[in-house]
Amino acid sequence: MSLGTTAPIPNQPEATAEATLKQPGRLSMRLADIRRLLTQNPKVLIGVIIVGFFVLVALIGPLLVQKDPTFSYPDKLAAPSAEHWFGTTKLGEDVFTQLIYGTRSSILWGFLTGIFVTVISVVVGLTAGYFGGLVDDIISLIINVFLVLPAFPLAVLIAAYIPFKGSITVTIVIALTSWAWGARVLRGQTLSMRKRDFIEAARSSGESSFHIIFWEILPNQLAIIAANIIGTVVYVILAEAGLEFLGLGDTTTVSWGTMFYWAQNNDALLLGAWWWFLPPGVCIALLGAGLSLINFGIDEYADPRLRRERIPKAILRKLRMLQKGQ
Amino acid sequence: MRQLLRRLFFYLLAFWASLTLNFFIPRLAPGNPAGAMLARFQGRLPPEAVNALLLQFGVTNEPLWMQYIHYLNSLLHGDLGLSITYYPTPVSAMLAQELPWTIALVGTSVLISFAVGTLIGIIIAWKRGSWLDTILPPIMNFLAAIPYFWLALLTLYILAYTMNWFPISGGYSLGMLPEFSFDFISDAISHGILPALTIVVSSVSGWMLGMRNAMITTLSEDYVLMAQAKGLTPRRVMVAYAARNAILPNLTGFALSLGSVVGGALLTEMVFSYPGIGFALLQAVHNSDYPLLQAIFLLITLTVLVANLLVDLIYLVLDPRTRQG
Repeated sequence: MSLGTTAPIPNQPEATAEATLKQPGRLSMRLADIRRLLTQNPKVLIGVIIVGFFVLVALIGPLLVQKDPTFSYPDKLAAPSAEHWFGTTKLGEDVFTQLIYGTRSSILWGFLTGIFVTVISVVVGLTAGYFGGLVDDIISLIINVFLVLPAFPLAVLIAAYIPFKGSITVTIVIALTSWAWGARVLRGQTLSMRKRDFIEAARSSGESSFHIIFWEILPNQLAIIAANIIGTVVYVILAEAGLEFLGLGDTTTVSWGTMFYWAQNNDALLLGAWWWFLPPGVCIALLGAGLSLINFGIDEYADPRLRRERIPKAILRKLRMLQKGQ
Repeated sequence: MRQLLRRLFFYLLAFWASLTLNFFIPRLAPGNPAGAMLARFQGRLPPEAVNALLLQFGVTNEPLWMQYIHYLNSLLHGDLGLSITYYPTPVSAMLAQELPWTIALVGTSVLISFAVGTLIGIIIAWKRGSWLDTILPPIMNFLAAIPYFWLALLTLYILAYTMNWFPISGGYSLGMLPEFSFDFISDAISHGILPALTIVVSSVSGWMLGMRNAMITTLSEDYVLMAQAKGLTPRRVMVAYAARNAILPNLTGFALSLGSVVGGALLTEMVFSYPGIGFALLQAVHNSDYPLLQAIFLLITLTVLVANLLVDLIYLVLDPRTRQG
């Protein structure tokens, strides 16, 4: 299967890309690998099930609940019951319904922002790593400055100054303050890749820098980029909830973060209304854990040293028999 | 030495960047924060305060570069402006009042968390595949994914509201005066335990997982094998050979989190109504107290930068490879 160091055919970029993918290079990711990740790594499987569940809820959940999330029932601040599974808020809104709608908005914006941040990281990191020299020096300096600037306080500062509150504001603020981590990782990877044979070949065959960066280097970093997207989504969902909890989001929409905001502002805690602030937290924690589990699997895939060797069952049985025999 | 100077130059540059960001964010923001604020304080602000405010938000006829120089100049003299919420208290005085609380609470928690997490990380990497190593990482993962403030709300609800074991809010009891007496200090500590606990619980996993992964990488190095082959005690191999080399990335993380000592406690301080920088930041956000907001951001940045510089220095001592640069 391995083509080894077969020189890529000039002027046939598709063939070049194909060859790089088939090289034993450890960072490329193929469909078969994804399947193997799923079936052989229980962590990834559990993670995918959890995330899949939330995505499903986000997609079809709102279609299954009858009332609007802001519909006000007559029983205010009711404890969980058969009628209101997760109780009601001080205004009589059904917490379960809010949670379902909140899932949609939090997941949608979490993933959108995560992808947006990663796109910035990819463009900046790959450009710096590929060109090297002065371009790299300047971009690296900017990356490092953004790395040391405290992200969340900066996000709060910017969000406080932007007069229109809303999901887009939160997205922009988080993107501005959190692209640097991914950019640094990707820059390092690209730097180590730019002198490889297939890149040299593409360069000498006259491919444009743009083409080399996005068609030759990018496919070889899919595992890292995927891990980066997932890691960023975890951060983004937490940061969004944090900003919204502070009242810096759009408090009229229903999301996990704004549910916290209203619960906190109405002293849910002092009223003993645990059902009000408990569910969104469980959701965020579960989703975050699910995403982290998937990332664990990708990490183990990209760095075999983190992987525990799997001993085939037959050999294991023999070993046990040997031990018993002695 | 040259390396050190380069780092120093970098941190100065980063600080300048944050100063500049701080200068431009209010000026680039659409709308007019000064106008909104003046409307809020209609007639209650003396004319010189209005003037100072307008200056602060760049509502002057001066060209931008002049404003910029004025801004840098006043910062150089430690003049951070006057708080809007607590007019006319200088922002710097407010910060001086809040800072000790934050440093005591978060500094202690971060230290505990770092020490405990790193230690557990070393042990579970050493006993790879044991039941501890199988159970702890997933649990820690879950803990790490829990939103900080939610964990805080939950512990507050269970341990303070339902069980009544801890005070429900504040840094000390009402009616007490901050002073150096046994009564006050023990009161302050009993108020601090719960917030500190939540910070430790939610951050310990990062240290643990980071240390574990670094340890595993180090354990596969030849010199560790060599040490084992020489017949050194497992304890010696674990601590002096593996852990000592694996701890470097965690130390970097420690520096970064020391920087976030000031900013990271924002949500915790809010939930526990604990006095400190985070709580002040929250009030600044809610009251549109922009001078306070900006000063806090600068303070947080400064701590982060100083912490980073310190770690660079520690690195020079610990890791001889960095000295050659």
